[in-house]
Amino acid sequence: MGGIPHDHYEPKAAWEKGLAKRLPIVGLLYDTLMIPTPKNLNWMWIWGIVLTFCLALQIITGIVLVMHYTPHVDYAFASVEHIMRNVNGGHMLRYLHMNGASLFFVAVYAHIFRGLYYGSYKAPREITWIIGMLIYLLMMGTAFMGYVLPWGQMSFWGATVITGLFGAIPFVGEALQTWLLGGPAVDNATLNRFFSLHYLLPFVIAGLVIVHIWAFHTTGNNNPTGVEVRRGSKEEAEKDTLPFWPYFVIKDLFALAVILVVFFAIVGFMPNYLGHPDNYIEANPLATPAHIVPEWYFLPFYAILRAFTADVWVVIIAETLTGGIIDAKFFGVVAMFGAIAVMALAPWLDTSSVRSARYRPMLKWWFWLLVIDFFALMWLGAMPAEEPYASLSLIASTYWFAYFLVILPLMGVIEKPDAQPATIEEDFAAHVSGGDAGVTPASQPAE
Amino acid sequence: MFKKLAASAVAAVMLTTGAFAAGAPGGKVENIDFSFDGPFGSYDQNQLQRGLQIYTEICAACHGLQYVPIRTLGDEGGPALPEDQVRAYAEFYEVFDPELDDFRPATENDHFPGSNLENAPDLTMMAKARAGFHGPYGLGINQLLKGMGGPEYIAALLQGYTGEEKEEAGSVLYENTIFPGGWISMAPPLYGEDVEFADGHANDLHHLSEDVSAFLMWTAEPKLMARKQAGFVGVVFLTILSVLLYLTNKRLWAPVKARYKKK
Repeated sequence: MGGIPHDHYEPKAAWEKGLAKRLPIVGLLYDTLMIPTPKNLNWMWIWGIVLTFCLALQIITGIVLVMHYTPHVDYAFASVEHIMRNVNGGHMLRYLHMNGASLFFVAVYAHIFRGLYYGSYKAPREITWIIGMLIYLLMMGTAFMGYVLPWGQMSFWGATVITGLFGAIPFVGEALQTWLLGGPAVDNATLNRFFSLHYLLPFVIAGLVIVHIWAFHTTGNNNPTGVEVRRGSKEEAEKDTLPFWPYFVIKDLFALAVILVVFFAIVGFMPNYLGHPDNYIEANPLATPAHIVPEWYFLPFYAILRAFTADVWVVIIAETLTGGIIDAKFFGVVAMFGAIAVMALAPWLDTSSVRSARYRPMLKWWFWLLVIDFFALMWLGAMPAEEPYASLSLIASTYWFAYFLVILPLMGVIEKPDAQPATIEEDFAAHVSGGDAGVTPASQPAE
Repeated sequence: MFKKLAASAVAAVMLTTGAFAAGAPGGKVENIDFSFDGPFGSYDQNQLQRGLQIYTEICAACHGLQYVPIRTLGDEGGPALPEDQVRAYAEFYEVFDPELDDFRPATENDHFPGSNLENAPDLTMMAKARAGFHGPYGLGINQLLKGMGGPEYIAALLQGYTGEEKEEAGSVLYENTIFPGGWISMAPPLYGEDVEFADGHANDLHHLSEDVSAFLMWTAEPKLMARKQAGFVGVVFLTILSVLLYLTNKRLWAPVKARYKKK
């Protein structure tokens, strides 16, 4: 597999040859596990393993939780308390699942921003990037629907607000919303379909993860220099790479273990810290909470959704031009999904011939501003919709779009990139002889 | 039943807002050093038993604990009442049995009854539902560093009455410096010395508020001690695993790196 020359699996024993003739599964696993991987990958390349672990953790804990959960508006809340009190180890299972979602998003954001910094989205890895974005969208859908299942106040009102967004789509919105909810409002039908989809989508994600891995195993990994592995001969390629097993498996597992120390501390000592206290009150359609706040991982996009209010000039123009078809609410919805769409379009918006921002003196700074912008949006999403947060949200949202639509295309033209190393080996050698040969942590904070 | 639940949830939501605007009219929720704070904190069994007594004699007149099975009063890491006491305690309540179509004395396998009063919220999860001290600036630092949360809010609320009353739309409201909006429909439930403890433990308002808050933390999070223990074991094991993997990784990469170091 892949364009990098390397040793392939050779069946030796008679049974191996027999199996390979009938089903080349050992060869497939061998090639996947032994893929030549750039030597110089840094600590931001560990998130893939963390994400794979998260998916497995969520599926395993989820399958057990389903055994004890009742998807019905009258029993859902009580069945979660049943899990917390009467099921052996149920409280740990639920807290692992609950906080597992947070770990999943920490990892996915770190993974995405790593891709943005090192230009992993650029040719020839556009498909990997697009599949990744699809996975991210499905993750958000799955997490959102999962949050509805305990049937607490935030579950109910979060579902009401988010499904209400679809109602903002001109002409078909209302019909679409009713179809999604299975009725005029969030009710038992909604809970049941969300439950069904929450169980289904993780397996769709698992399928896409295989395609995601397949895609970058075909193109080869990106690396911190963005310089391609030499592919002239096997010997040459081996100077730039090491097999994934054991070098990167052990490295990634070490990173995973360190991350899990923090994760377990959160699950064990403060499992409700990241959740909203209102979700410990049973859903009540008659009482709206004072603030409806989504989970932390949705906050940046929630802030973008709320930023475009009716008094913003672009909204006024859009509303006037379309004769009121695009109102502020629909504009907000478009902006929220647009914020993810522009990210997905990064491979075609970035005009630079250089991949890694390490050698892009100007983009580097714009990138870090984007990271700050992301955290600012996260904070603003949790704040009430009033001044000064409204104006700040608008500025932060504007920068999000500006980074992708203006800065990425522009920088490729005006920026003069720094010199890149000729080979990955050169970069690795410089790193090893220059710095401490031991384990140095990533220069970026791991969120 | 649904109406009752709905009404209690309305009241619950009215209370919730306090979590954000903590102490609208000047009252401040202070941190309390509960025995269950921190990674190694555990419930004080005696405090939970005192809290249970306060709950039974005062709170249970209006409020309920519908998600708490009575048998869990005997659980380790909880009030840990002896078996015969749990059984005797259960008989104190009457529950509706749909099979008999009548009320009967509760057994230890029944849950505590729900709220008696339409606008009295169920208290089972109150300590977790009021944990929203996300300050300062919504960053949740107080909760993270001091372990501030629902029990602190409940204890402060119980002591937050000023003694002022007013009548609004036919119901009496009581001024409370902690409750959002400043007026609560619950009459001051505790004044101090409302409950006599068999062991003569202090029963002033301050102590009673803290004891009943601790008890409500247990009803909200009965597996807190098991959870912390699992967390501790997990952290220790994963730390050891991390060290071993670090050493493995170092050794694995050493020959690869050595090749370039010599240059």
